[in-house]
Amino acid sequence: MKSVLSVQGLNKRFGAVVAADALTLDIPAGQKVSLIGANGAGKTTFVNMVTGYLKPDTGSIALDGLDIGGRSPRKVAQLGISRSFQIPQLFVELTAAENLTVAVSGAGAKPLSFRSPAQAPEIHDKAVELLGRFGLADLAERPISELAGGVRKLVDIAMALVRRPKLLLLDEPTSGVSAEEKFATMDRVIHAVSPDAATIVFVEHDMDIVSRYADRVIAFYQGRILADGEPSHVLNDKEVRLYVTGGAK
Amino acid sequence: MNKGMHPLLMIALVAAVTLCGRVLPTWTLSLATIAAANALISLGIVVLARTGNVSFGQGLFYAGGGYCVALIANAWGLTDAVAQVIIGAICGGLLGLVIGPLIARYSGIFFGMLTLALSMVFYGALVKSTALGGSDGFNVGRPTLFGMSFADPREADFMLYAVAVVTTGIAGIAATILFRSEFGLASLAVRENNLRVEYLGLSANRIISINFVIAAIFAGASGAFALMAQRHIDPQFAYWTTSGEFVFVAVLAGNQSVAAVFVASMALELVRSFSNLYLPNTWQLVLGLFLLAVILFLPRGIGSLWVRSKRGTAKPGVATEREALP
Repeated sequence: MKSVLSVQGLNKRFGAVVAADALTLDIPAGQKVSLIGANGAGKTTFVNMVTGYLKPDTGSIALDGLDIGGRSPRKVAQLGISRSFQIPQLFVELTAAENLTVAVSGAGAKPLSFRSPAQAPEIHDKAVELLGRFGLADLAERPISELAGGVRKLVDIAMALVRRPKLLLLDEPTSGVSAEEKFATMDRVIHAVSPDAATIVFVEHDMDIVSRYADRVIAFYQGRILADGEPSHVLNDKEVRLYVTGGAK
Repeated sequence: MNKGMHPLLMIALVAAVTLCGRVLPTWTLSLATIAAANALISLGIVVLARTGNVSFGQGLFYAGGGYCVALIANAWGLTDAVAQVIIGAICGGLLGLVIGPLIARYSGIFFGMLTLALSMVFYGALVKSTALGGSDGFNVGRPTLFGMSFADPREADFMLYAVAVVTTGIAGIAATILFRSEFGLASLAVRENNLRVEYLGLSANRIISINFVIAAIFAGASGAFALMAQRHIDPQFAYWTTSGEFVFVAVLAGNQSVAAVFVASMALELVRSFSNLYLPNTWQLVLGLFLLAVILFLPRGIGSLWVRSKRGTAKPGVATEREALP
Protein backbone atom coordinates (compact mmCIF):
# COMPACT_ATOMS: atom_id res chain seq x y z
CA MET A 1 0.00 0.00 0.00
CA LYS A 2 1.21 3.53 -0.80
CA SER A 3 2.86 5.35 2.10
CA VAL A 4 1.41 8.69 3.15
CA LEU A 5 4.31 9.36 5.49
CA SER A 6 7.80 8.04 5.01
CA VAL A 7 10.51 8.76 7.57
CA GLN A 8 14.12 7.72 7.02
CA GLY A 9 16.93 7.83 9.58
CA LEU A 10 15.51 10.67 11.64
CA ASN A 11 17.82 11.91 14.39
CA LYS A 12 17.33 14.65 16.97
CA ARG A 13 19.34 15.45 20.05
CA PHE A 14 18.83 18.03 22.77
CA GLY A 15 22.31 18.26 24.28
CA ALA A 16 23.02 14.83 25.73
CA VAL A 17 19.43 13.69 25.38
CA VAL A 18 18.66 11.60 22.31
CA ALA A 19 15.06 12.39 21.39
CA ALA A 20 15.10 10.59 18.03
CA ASP A 21 17.59 7.85 17.20
CA ALA A 22 17.62 6.77 13.55
CA LEU A 23 13.84 6.60 13.29
CA THR A 24 12.69 4.90 10.12
CA LEU A 25 9.05 4.10 9.43
CA ASP A 26 6.35 4.20 6.77
CA ILE A 27 2.69 4.87 7.38
CA PRO A 28 0.41 3.61 4.62
CA ALA A 29 -2.81 5.42 3.73
CA GLY A 30 -5.82 4.46 5.79
CA GLN A 31 -4.01 3.22 8.89
CA LYS A 32 -4.78 4.24 12.43
CA VAL A 33 -1.41 4.19 14.15
CA SER A 34 -0.84 4.65 17.85
CA LEU A 35 2.46 5.90 19.22
CA ILE A 36 3.13 4.70 22.74
CA GLY A 37 6.01 5.19 25.13
CA ALA A 38 6.91 6.58 28.52
CA ASN A 39 7.29 10.32 29.04
CA GLY A 40 10.44 11.47 27.27
CA ALA A 41 10.49 8.48 24.90
CA GLY A 42 10.38 10.78 21.86
CA LYS A 43 6.75 10.55 20.71
CA THR A 44 6.00 14.26 20.79
CA THR A 45 9.44 15.07 19.36
CA PHE A 46 8.54 12.81 16.43
CA VAL A 47 5.20 14.61 15.98
CA ASN A 48 6.94 17.99 16.25
CA MET A 49 9.48 17.03 13.58
CA VAL A 50 6.85 15.68 11.21
CA THR A 51 4.76 18.87 11.57
CA GLY A 52 7.75 21.19 11.07
CA TYR A 53 7.97 22.60 14.59
CA LEU A 54 11.35 20.97 15.14
CA LYS A 55 13.99 20.50 12.47
CA PRO A 56 15.63 17.07 12.55
CA ASP A 57 19.42 16.97 12.90
CA THR A 58 19.60 14.38 10.10
CA GLY A 59 17.17 12.23 8.16
CA SER A 60 14.29 12.81 5.81
CA ILE A 61 10.53 13.15 6.10
CA ALA A 62 8.35 12.69 3.03
CA LEU A 63 4.63 13.22 2.61
CA ASP A 64 3.25 11.38 -0.40
CA GLY A 65 6.83 11.23 -1.72
CA LEU A 66 7.44 14.96 -1.29
CA ASP A 67 10.33 15.89 1.02
CA ILE A 68 8.92 18.11 3.79
CA GLY A 69 11.88 18.05 6.18
CA GLY A 70 12.75 21.51 7.50
CA ARG A 71 9.55 23.16 6.25
CA SER A 72 7.61 25.44 8.59
CA PRO A 73 4.44 24.25 10.38
CA ARG A 74 2.47 26.55 8.05
CA LYS A 75 3.87 24.95 4.91
CA VAL A 76 3.45 21.46 6.34
CA ALA A 77 -0.19 22.23 7.20
CA GLN A 78 -0.77 23.55 3.68
CA LEU A 79 0.74 20.36 2.23
CA GLY A 80 -1.65 18.15 4.17
CA ILE A 81 -0.50 17.32 7.71
CA SER A 82 -2.61 18.62 10.58
CA ARG A 83 -2.29 18.06 14.25
CA SER A 84 -4.02 18.49 17.56
CA PHE A 85 -2.15 19.10 20.78
CA GLN A 86 -1.73 17.44 24.14
CA ILE A 87 -2.67 20.77 25.70
CA PRO A 88 -5.29 22.20 23.32
CA GLN A 89 -3.94 25.20 21.45
CA LEU A 90 -7.00 27.39 20.99
CA PHE A 91 -7.93 31.05 20.91
CA VAL A 92 -9.37 31.12 24.41
CA GLU A 93 -11.10 34.49 24.28
CA LEU A 94 -12.91 33.58 21.08
CA THR A 95 -15.96 31.35 20.96
CA ALA A 96 -15.81 27.78 19.68
CA ALA A 97 -17.51 28.88 16.44
CA GLU A 98 -15.03 31.74 16.02
CA ASN A 99 -12.12 29.34 16.51
CA LEU A 100 -13.48 27.14 13.74
CA THR A 101 -14.22 30.21 11.60
CA VAL A 102 -10.56 31.26 11.75
CA ALA A 103 -9.54 27.74 10.74
CA VAL A 104 -12.09 27.51 7.91
CA SER A 105 -11.39 30.96 6.46
CA GLY A 106 -7.65 30.28 6.68
CA ALA A 107 -7.99 27.00 4.82
CA GLY A 108 -9.59 28.62 1.76
CA ALA A 109 -7.72 29.05 -1.50
CA LYS A 110 -8.15 32.84 -1.34
CA PRO A 111 -6.38 35.14 1.15
CA LEU A 112 -8.30 36.23 4.24
CA SER A 113 -10.97 38.69 3.21
CA PHE A 114 -12.30 41.86 4.81
CA ARG A 115 -15.87 40.64 4.68
CA SER A 116 -17.68 39.69 7.84
CA PRO A 117 -18.04 35.95 8.56
CA ALA A 118 -21.76 36.74 8.82
CA GLN A 119 -21.67 37.56 5.09
CA ALA A 120 -20.00 34.25 4.29
CA PRO A 121 -22.57 31.55 5.11
CA GLU A 122 -20.39 28.82 3.64
CA ILE A 123 -17.71 29.51 6.25
CA HIS A 124 -20.18 29.67 9.11
CA ASP A 125 -21.97 26.53 7.91
CA LYS A 126 -18.70 24.60 7.68
CA ALA A 127 -17.68 25.74 11.18
CA VAL A 128 -21.01 24.71 12.67
CA GLU A 129 -21.03 21.42 10.74
CA LEU A 130 -17.62 20.50 12.15
CA LEU A 131 -18.66 21.39 15.69
CA GLY A 132 -21.87 19.42 15.21
CA ARG A 133 -19.87 16.37 14.15
CA PHE A 134 -18.23 16.43 17.59
CA GLY A 135 -21.54 17.08 19.34
CA LEU A 136 -20.55 20.66 20.14
CA ALA A 137 -23.14 22.60 18.14
CA ASP A 138 -24.88 23.79 21.33
CA LEU A 139 -21.60 25.15 22.65
CA ALA A 140 -20.69 27.03 19.46
CA GLU A 141 -21.25 30.47 20.96
CA ARG A 142 -19.47 29.75 24.24
CA PRO A 143 -16.00 31.25 24.70
CA ILE A 144 -13.27 28.62 24.90
CA SER A 145 -12.34 29.96 28.35
CA GLU A 146 -15.68 28.58 29.62
CA LEU A 147 -15.23 25.10 28.19
CA ALA A 148 -13.82 22.10 30.06
CA GLY A 149 -10.58 20.43 29.06
CA GLY A 150 -12.28 17.53 27.30
CA VAL A 151 -14.45 19.83 25.21
CA ARG A 152 -11.41 21.93 24.32
CA LYS A 153 -9.71 18.75 23.09
CA LEU A 154 -12.61 18.14 20.72
CA VAL A 155 -12.55 21.73 19.41
CA ASP A 156 -8.78 21.39 18.93
CA ILE A 157 -9.27 18.23 16.87
CA ALA A 158 -12.13 19.81 14.91
CA MET A 159 -9.79 22.66 13.94
CA ALA A 160 -7.15 20.22 12.76
CA LEU A 161 -9.72 18.59 10.47
CA VAL A 162 -10.63 21.74 8.57
CA ARG A 163 -8.02 21.23 5.85
CA ARG A 164 -9.11 17.61 5.25
CA PRO A 165 -5.54 16.49 5.99
CA LYS A 166 -3.80 13.57 4.30
CA LEU A 167 -2.35 12.75 7.71
CA LEU A 168 -3.87 13.70 11.05
CA LEU A 169 -1.68 13.62 14.17
CA LEU A 170 -3.50 13.59 17.49
CA ASP A 171 -1.38 14.16 20.59
CA GLU A 172 -3.08 12.34 23.46
CA PRO A 173 -6.68 12.91 22.36
CA THR A 174 -8.16 11.56 25.59
CA SER A 175 -5.82 13.10 28.16
CA GLY A 176 -7.76 15.36 30.49
CA VAL A 177 -10.97 13.45 29.76
CA SER A 178 -12.55 11.65 32.69
CA ALA A 179 -12.17 7.85 32.78
CA GLU A 180 -15.88 7.20 32.24
CA GLU A 181 -15.97 9.51 29.21
CA LYS A 182 -12.79 8.46 27.43
CA PHE A 183 -14.27 5.72 25.23
CA ALA A 184 -17.27 7.84 24.31
CA THR A 185 -14.90 10.71 23.49
CA MET A 186 -12.63 8.50 21.39
CA ASP A 187 -15.63 6.93 19.60
CA ARG A 188 -16.78 10.40 18.72
CA VAL A 189 -13.32 11.48 17.60
CA ILE A 190 -12.85 8.45 15.33
CA HIS A 191 -16.36 8.83 13.94
CA ALA A 192 -15.95 12.56 13.38
CA VAL A 193 -12.53 12.47 11.76
CA SER A 194 -13.17 9.48 9.47
CA PRO A 195 -14.84 11.45 6.62
CA ASP A 196 -11.92 13.90 6.40
CA ALA A 197 -8.82 12.06 7.59
CA ALA A 198 -8.36 8.44 6.68
CA THR A 199 -4.82 8.21 8.03
CA ILE A 200 -4.47 8.95 11.71
CA VAL A 201 -1.50 8.82 14.06
CA PHE A 202 -2.34 9.26 17.71
CA VAL A 203 -0.08 9.47 20.74
CA GLU A 204 -1.71 7.65 23.64
CA HIS A 205 -0.87 6.47 27.13
CA ASP A 206 -4.08 4.53 27.73
CA MET A 207 -3.53 0.97 26.51
CA ASP A 208 -7.27 0.23 26.50
CA ILE A 209 -7.71 3.02 23.99
CA VAL A 210 -4.71 1.82 22.00
CA SER A 211 -5.86 -1.78 21.73
CA ARG A 212 -9.39 -0.77 20.82
CA TYR A 213 -8.75 1.88 18.18
CA ALA A 214 -5.31 1.31 16.63
CA ASP A 215 -4.57 -0.86 13.59
CA ARG A 216 -0.90 -0.63 14.35
CA VAL A 217 1.18 0.34 17.39
CA ILE A 218 4.67 1.83 17.43
CA ALA A 219 6.39 1.73 20.82
CA PHE A 220 9.07 4.36 21.50
CA TYR A 221 11.84 4.08 24.04
CA GLN A 222 14.69 6.56 24.46
CA GLY A 223 14.17 8.02 21.01
CA ARG A 224 14.10 4.74 19.09
CA ILE A 225 11.43 2.32 17.98
CA LEU A 226 11.19 -0.56 20.39
CA ALA A 227 8.43 -2.44 18.62
CA ASP A 228 6.17 -1.89 15.62
CA GLY A 229 3.21 -4.01 14.57
CA GLU A 230 -0.32 -5.07 15.37
CA PRO A 231 -1.59 -4.05 18.81
CA SER A 232 -1.86 -7.59 20.13
CA HIS A 233 1.73 -8.28 19.09
CA VAL A 234 3.29 -5.04 20.35
CA LEU A 235 1.39 -4.81 23.61
CA ASN A 236 2.47 -8.33 24.51
CA ASP A 237 6.09 -7.76 23.55
CA LYS A 238 8.37 -8.47 26.48
CA GLU A 239 10.43 -5.27 26.12
CA VAL A 240 7.35 -3.16 25.61
CA ARG A 241 5.82 -4.59 28.77
CA LEU A 242 9.06 -3.90 30.61
CA TYR A 243 9.85 -0.38 29.37
CA VAL A 244 6.55 1.06 28.17
CA THR A 245 3.37 -0.40 29.56
CA GLY A 246 4.78 -1.65 32.82
CA GLY A 247 2.69 -4.79 32.52
CA ALA A 248 -0.56 -3.06 31.68
CA LYS A 249 -2.89 -5.15 29.52
CA MET B 1 -15.78 44.70 18.94
CA ASN B 2 -18.69 42.54 18.13
CA LYS B 3 -22.06 43.80 17.10
CA GLY B 4 -21.74 47.57 16.94
CA MET B 5 -23.15 50.48 15.06
CA HIS B 6 -24.16 49.96 11.43
CA PRO B 7 -21.75 51.70 9.00
CA LEU B 8 -24.62 53.80 7.54
CA LEU B 9 -25.47 55.04 11.02
CA MET B 10 -21.80 55.86 11.51
CA ILE B 11 -21.77 57.91 8.30
CA ALA B 12 -24.79 59.86 9.60
CA LEU B 13 -23.02 60.38 12.92
CA VAL B 14 -19.88 61.67 11.19
CA ALA B 15 -22.00 64.10 9.14
CA ALA B 16 -23.79 65.30 12.30
CA VAL B 17 -20.51 65.81 14.20
CA THR B 18 -19.09 67.71 11.20
CA LEU B 19 -22.11 70.03 11.07
CA CYS B 20 -21.89 70.56 14.85
CA GLY B 21 -18.64 72.38 14.13
CA ARG B 22 -20.71 75.28 12.82
CA VAL B 23 -22.00 76.03 16.31
CA LEU B 24 -18.99 75.05 18.42
CA PRO B 25 -16.86 77.81 19.94
CA THR B 26 -13.56 78.41 18.13
CA TRP B 27 -11.38 77.04 20.95
CA THR B 28 -13.39 73.82 20.97
CA LEU B 29 -12.99 73.56 17.22
CA SER B 30 -9.19 73.55 17.45
CA LEU B 31 -9.31 71.12 20.35
CA ALA B 32 -11.62 68.77 18.46
CA THR B 33 -9.37 68.92 15.39
CA ILE B 34 -6.35 67.86 17.45
CA ALA B 35 -8.43 65.22 19.22
CA ALA B 36 -9.63 63.79 15.89
CA ALA B 37 -6.11 63.73 14.49
CA ASN B 38 -4.77 62.04 17.62
CA ALA B 39 -7.68 59.61 17.57
CA LEU B 40 -6.70 58.61 14.04
CA ILE B 41 -3.18 57.54 15.03
CA SER B 42 -4.41 55.95 18.27
CA LEU B 43 -6.96 53.99 16.26
CA GLY B 44 -4.02 52.58 14.33
CA ILE B 45 -2.42 51.52 17.62
CA VAL B 46 -5.66 49.77 18.59
CA VAL B 47 -5.75 48.03 15.18
CA LEU B 48 -2.23 46.75 15.75
CA ALA B 49 -2.88 45.91 19.40
CA ARG B 50 -5.53 43.43 18.29
CA THR B 51 -2.64 41.24 17.09
CA GLY B 52 -1.12 41.46 20.57
CA ASN B 53 1.57 43.98 19.64
CA VAL B 54 1.82 47.54 20.85
CA SER B 55 3.88 50.08 18.94
CA PHE B 56 5.64 52.65 21.09
CA GLY B 57 7.06 54.31 18.00
CA GLN B 58 4.12 55.52 15.93
CA GLY B 59 5.80 58.92 16.02
CA LEU B 60 8.03 57.64 13.22
CA PHE B 61 5.11 57.37 10.78
CA TYR B 62 3.46 60.50 12.21
CA ALA B 63 6.65 62.47 11.52
CA GLY B 64 7.27 60.63 8.24
CA GLY B 65 3.85 61.59 6.93
CA GLY B 66 4.16 65.14 8.25
CA TYR B 67 7.63 65.76 6.81
CA CYS B 68 6.69 64.32 3.39
CA VAL B 69 3.63 66.54 3.19
CA ALA B 70 5.59 69.60 4.37
CA LEU B 71 8.39 69.03 1.86
CA ILE B 72 5.97 68.50 -1.03
CA ALA B 73 3.93 71.56 0.03
CA ASN B 74 7.02 73.77 0.09
CA ALA B 75 8.59 72.33 -3.06
CA TRP B 76 5.52 72.24 -5.30
CA GLY B 77 3.06 74.51 -3.51
CA LEU B 78 0.57 71.71 -2.87
CA THR B 79 -1.65 73.14 -0.14
CA ASP B 80 -4.92 71.24 -0.61
CA ALA B 81 -5.92 69.71 2.72
CA VAL B 82 -7.40 66.52 1.27
CA ALA B 83 -4.38 65.97 -0.97
CA GLN B 84 -2.07 66.52 1.99
CA VAL B 85 -3.93 63.94 4.07
CA ILE B 86 -3.73 61.43 1.22
CA ILE B 87 -0.01 62.09 0.73
CA GLY B 88 0.61 61.76 4.47
CA ALA B 89 -1.26 58.45 4.52
CA ILE B 90 0.67 57.13 1.51
CA CYS B 91 4.04 58.15 2.99
CA GLY B 92 3.16 56.58 6.34
CA GLY B 93 1.93 53.44 4.59
CA LEU B 94 5.11 53.12 2.51
CA LEU B 95 7.25 53.43 5.62
CA GLY B 96 5.06 50.81 7.30
CA LEU B 97 5.43 48.54 4.29
CA VAL B 98 9.22 48.63 4.67
CA ILE B 99 9.36 48.32 8.46
CA GLY B 100 6.33 46.13 9.19
CA PRO B 101 7.53 42.85 7.67
CA LEU B 102 10.94 43.31 9.30
CA ILE B 103 9.63 43.55 12.85
CA ALA B 104 6.53 41.36 12.54
CA ARG B 105 8.60 38.36 13.63
CA TYR B 106 9.13 39.95 17.05
CA SER B 107 6.48 40.12 19.72
CA GLY B 108 5.70 41.58 23.11
CA ILE B 109 8.21 43.93 24.67
CA PHE B 110 10.74 43.30 21.86
CA PHE B 111 8.25 44.51 19.28
CA GLY B 112 7.43 47.60 21.36
CA MET B 113 11.06 48.49 22.03
CA LEU B 114 12.05 48.01 18.38
CA THR B 115 9.36 50.41 17.20
CA LEU B 116 10.48 52.88 19.87
CA ALA B 117 14.12 52.51 18.83
CA LEU B 118 13.33 53.05 15.15
CA SER B 119 11.33 56.19 15.90
CA MET B 120 14.21 57.56 18.00
CA VAL B 121 16.70 56.80 15.22
CA PHE B 122 14.44 58.78 12.89
CA TYR B 123 14.23 61.57 15.47
CA GLY B 124 18.02 61.68 15.71
CA ALA B 125 18.36 61.84 11.92
CA LEU B 126 15.85 64.69 11.74
CA VAL B 127 17.63 66.67 14.46
CA LYS B 128 20.93 66.33 12.62
CA SER B 129 19.50 67.16 9.21
CA THR B 130 20.11 70.84 8.48
CA ALA B 131 18.27 70.53 5.15
CA LEU B 132 15.09 69.79 7.15
CA GLY B 133 15.65 72.62 9.62
CA GLY B 134 17.38 70.52 12.29
CA SER B 135 15.80 70.67 15.71
CA ASP B 136 13.86 73.84 14.80
CA GLY B 137 12.05 72.26 11.87
CA PHE B 138 10.38 74.54 9.32
CA ASN B 139 7.06 76.22 8.49
CA VAL B 140 4.48 75.54 5.80
CA GLY B 141 1.71 77.68 4.31
CA ARG B 142 -1.97 77.76 5.23
CA PRO B 143 -3.93 74.81 3.80
CA THR B 144 -6.63 75.27 1.17
CA LEU B 145 -9.56 73.08 0.16
CA PHE B 146 -10.42 72.35 -3.47
CA GLY B 147 -8.86 75.63 -4.56
CA MET B 148 -10.58 77.71 -1.85
CA SER B 149 -8.48 79.80 0.54
CA PHE B 150 -9.74 80.62 4.01
CA ALA B 151 -8.67 84.07 5.17
CA ASP B 152 -11.14 84.10 8.05
CA PRO B 153 -9.49 82.16 10.94
CA ARG B 154 -12.87 80.77 12.07
CA GLU B 155 -13.57 79.40 8.58
CA ALA B 156 -10.03 78.02 8.29
CA ASP B 157 -10.46 76.26 11.63
CA PHE B 158 -13.82 74.86 10.59
CA MET B 159 -12.40 73.61 7.28
CA LEU B 160 -9.63 71.78 9.08
CA TYR B 161 -12.07 70.46 11.68
CA ALA B 162 -14.41 69.17 8.96
CA VAL B 163 -11.63 67.44 7.02
CA ALA B 164 -10.26 65.93 10.25
CA VAL B 165 -13.64 64.66 11.43
CA VAL B 166 -14.59 63.24 8.03
CA THR B 167 -11.20 61.55 7.52
CA THR B 168 -11.13 60.14 11.03
CA GLY B 169 -14.75 59.08 10.64
CA ILE B 170 -13.94 57.22 7.42
CA ALA B 171 -11.00 55.57 9.18
CA GLY B 172 -13.32 54.62 12.05
CA ILE B 173 -15.82 53.02 9.67
CA ALA B 174 -13.00 51.18 7.88
CA ALA B 175 -11.66 49.95 11.23
CA THR B 176 -15.13 48.74 12.25
CA ILE B 177 -15.43 46.76 9.02
CA LEU B 178 -11.91 45.42 9.57
CA PHE B 179 -12.63 44.34 13.15
CA ARG B 180 -15.76 42.44 12.11
CA SER B 181 -14.09 40.73 9.16
CA GLU B 182 -12.46 37.32 8.74
CA PHE B 183 -9.15 39.14 8.75
CA GLY B 184 -10.06 40.92 12.00
CA LEU B 185 -10.94 37.60 13.63
CA ALA B 186 -7.66 36.11 12.46
CA SER B 187 -5.86 39.13 13.96
CA LEU B 188 -7.40 38.33 17.35
CA ALA B 189 -6.35 34.72 16.85
CA VAL B 190 -2.74 35.86 16.34
CA ARG B 191 -2.94 37.73 19.64
CA GLU B 192 -4.29 34.63 21.38
CA ASN B 193 -1.98 31.99 19.94
CA ASN B 194 0.19 32.78 16.94
CA LEU B 195 1.70 29.29 16.82
CA ARG B 196 -1.73 27.72 16.34
CA VAL B 197 -2.43 30.26 13.60
CA GLU B 198 0.67 28.94 11.78
CA TYR B 199 -0.46 25.34 12.32
CA LEU B 200 -3.72 26.28 10.59
CA GLY B 201 -1.70 27.20 7.51
CA LEU B 202 -1.97 30.98 8.01
CA SER B 203 0.95 33.39 8.22
CA ALA B 204 0.90 35.23 11.56
CA ASN B 205 3.68 37.53 10.30
CA ARG B 206 1.64 38.55 7.27
CA ILE B 207 -1.40 39.31 9.44
CA ILE B 208 0.73 41.43 11.79
CA SER B 209 2.40 43.19 8.84
CA ILE B 210 -0.93 44.15 7.24
CA ASN B 211 -2.21 45.53 10.53
CA PHE B 212 1.09 47.36 10.94
CA VAL B 213 0.75 49.01 7.53
CA ILE B 214 -2.83 50.05 8.32
CA ALA B 215 -1.62 51.62 11.59
CA ALA B 216 1.18 53.39 9.69
CA ILE B 217 -1.30 54.78 7.12
CA PHE B 218 -3.43 56.21 9.94
CA ALA B 219 -0.32 57.67 11.59
CA GLY B 220 0.89 59.30 8.37
CA ALA B 221 -2.52 60.93 7.78
CA SER B 222 -2.56 62.07 11.40
CA GLY B 223 0.88 63.66 10.91
CA ALA B 224 -0.53 65.62 7.95
CA PHE B 225 -3.32 66.96 10.17
CA ALA B 226 -0.90 67.99 12.88
CA LEU B 227 1.17 69.79 10.26
CA MET B 228 -1.86 71.62 8.88
CA ALA B 229 -3.04 72.59 12.37
CA GLN B 230 0.36 73.94 13.48
CA ARG B 231 1.68 74.99 10.04
CA HIS B 232 5.04 73.95 11.39
CA ILE B 233 6.92 70.68 11.70
CA ASP B 234 9.92 69.69 13.78
CA PRO B 235 11.59 66.47 15.03
CA GLN B 236 9.35 66.49 18.12
CA PHE B 237 6.81 64.72 15.91
CA ALA B 238 9.01 61.61 16.12
CA TYR B 239 10.00 61.91 19.79
CA TRP B 240 9.09 59.09 22.15
CA THR B 241 6.85 61.24 24.35
CA THR B 242 4.74 62.05 21.30
CA SER B 243 4.35 58.32 20.57
CA GLY B 244 3.62 57.76 24.25
CA GLU B 245 0.63 60.12 24.14
CA PHE B 246 -0.95 58.09 21.36
CA VAL B 247 -0.47 54.88 23.33
CA PHE B 248 -2.01 56.72 26.29
CA VAL B 249 -5.16 57.39 24.24
CA ALA B 250 -5.28 53.77 23.05
CA VAL B 251 -5.01 52.52 26.65
CA LEU B 252 -7.75 54.92 27.75
CA ALA B 253 -10.00 53.74 24.93
CA GLY B 254 -9.44 49.98 25.23
CA ASN B 255 -10.24 47.73 22.27
CA GLN B 256 -13.97 47.40 22.84
CA SER B 257 -15.13 50.14 20.51
CA VAL B 258 -13.87 52.32 17.68
CA ALA B 259 -15.92 55.26 19.01
CA ALA B 260 -14.11 54.92 22.35
CA VAL B 261 -10.86 55.99 20.67
CA PHE B 262 -12.42 59.30 19.67
CA VAL B 263 -14.03 59.79 23.08
CA ALA B 264 -10.72 58.98 24.82
CA SER B 265 -8.80 61.36 22.58
CA MET B 266 -11.27 64.19 23.23
CA ALA B 267 -11.29 63.42 26.98
CA LEU B 268 -7.48 63.57 27.06
CA GLU B 269 -7.42 66.92 25.25
CA LEU B 270 -10.07 68.35 27.61
CA VAL B 271 -8.30 67.09 30.73
CA ARG B 272 -5.00 68.42 29.42
CA SER B 273 -6.44 71.81 28.51
CA PHE B 274 -8.33 72.38 31.75
CA SER B 275 -5.61 71.03 34.01
CA ASN B 276 -3.10 73.18 32.15
CA LEU B 277 -5.37 76.18 32.69
CA TYR B 278 -6.12 75.66 36.38
CA LEU B 279 -3.07 73.67 37.53
CA PRO B 280 -0.32 74.83 35.19
CA ASN B 281 2.52 73.29 37.20
CA THR B 282 0.95 69.92 37.95
CA TRP B 283 -1.11 69.14 34.87
CA GLN B 284 0.88 65.96 34.17
CA LEU B 285 -0.10 64.74 37.65
CA VAL B 286 -3.77 65.26 36.81
CA LEU B 287 -3.30 63.34 33.56
CA GLY B 288 -1.62 60.51 35.45
CA LEU B 289 -4.43 60.34 38.00
CA PHE B 290 -6.96 60.34 35.18
CA LEU B 291 -5.24 57.38 33.53
CA LEU B 292 -4.97 55.55 36.86
CA ALA B 293 -8.68 56.06 37.50
CA VAL B 294 -9.58 54.66 34.07
CA ILE B 295 -7.30 51.63 34.55
CA LEU B 296 -8.71 50.97 38.02
CA PHE B 297 -12.40 51.42 37.29
CA LEU B 298 -12.54 50.63 33.58
CA PRO B 299 -9.78 48.07 32.98
CA ARG B 300 -11.15 47.36 29.50
CA GLY B 301 -11.08 51.06 28.68
CA ILE B 302 -13.68 53.76 28.20
CA GLY B 303 -15.38 51.68 25.50
CA SER B 304 -16.48 49.14 28.11
CA LEU B 305 -18.93 51.78 29.40
CA TRP B 306 -21.22 51.08 26.46
CA VAL B 307 -19.96 47.86 24.91
CA ARG B 308 -20.80 44.72 26.82
CA SER B 309 -18.34 42.19 25.53
CA LYS B 310 -19.92 38.77 25.04
CA ARG B 311 -16.61 37.34 26.18
CA GLY B 312 -16.83 39.24 29.43
CA THR B 313 -20.54 38.76 30.12
CA ALA B 314 -21.17 35.21 29.00
CA LYS B 315 -23.06 32.81 31.20
CA PRO B 316 -21.02 31.56 34.14
CA GLY B 317 -20.12 27.90 34.49
CA VAL B 318 -17.89 25.54 32.63
CA ALA B 319 -19.20 23.33 29.84
CA THR B 320 -17.99 19.79 30.31
CA GLU B 321 -17.38 16.98 27.86
CA ARG B 322 -20.50 15.36 29.31
CA GLU B 323 -22.52 18.22 27.78
CA ALA B 324 -20.89 17.55 24.47
CA LEU B 325 -21.39 13.82 24.40
CA PRO B 326 -24.76 12.12 23.89
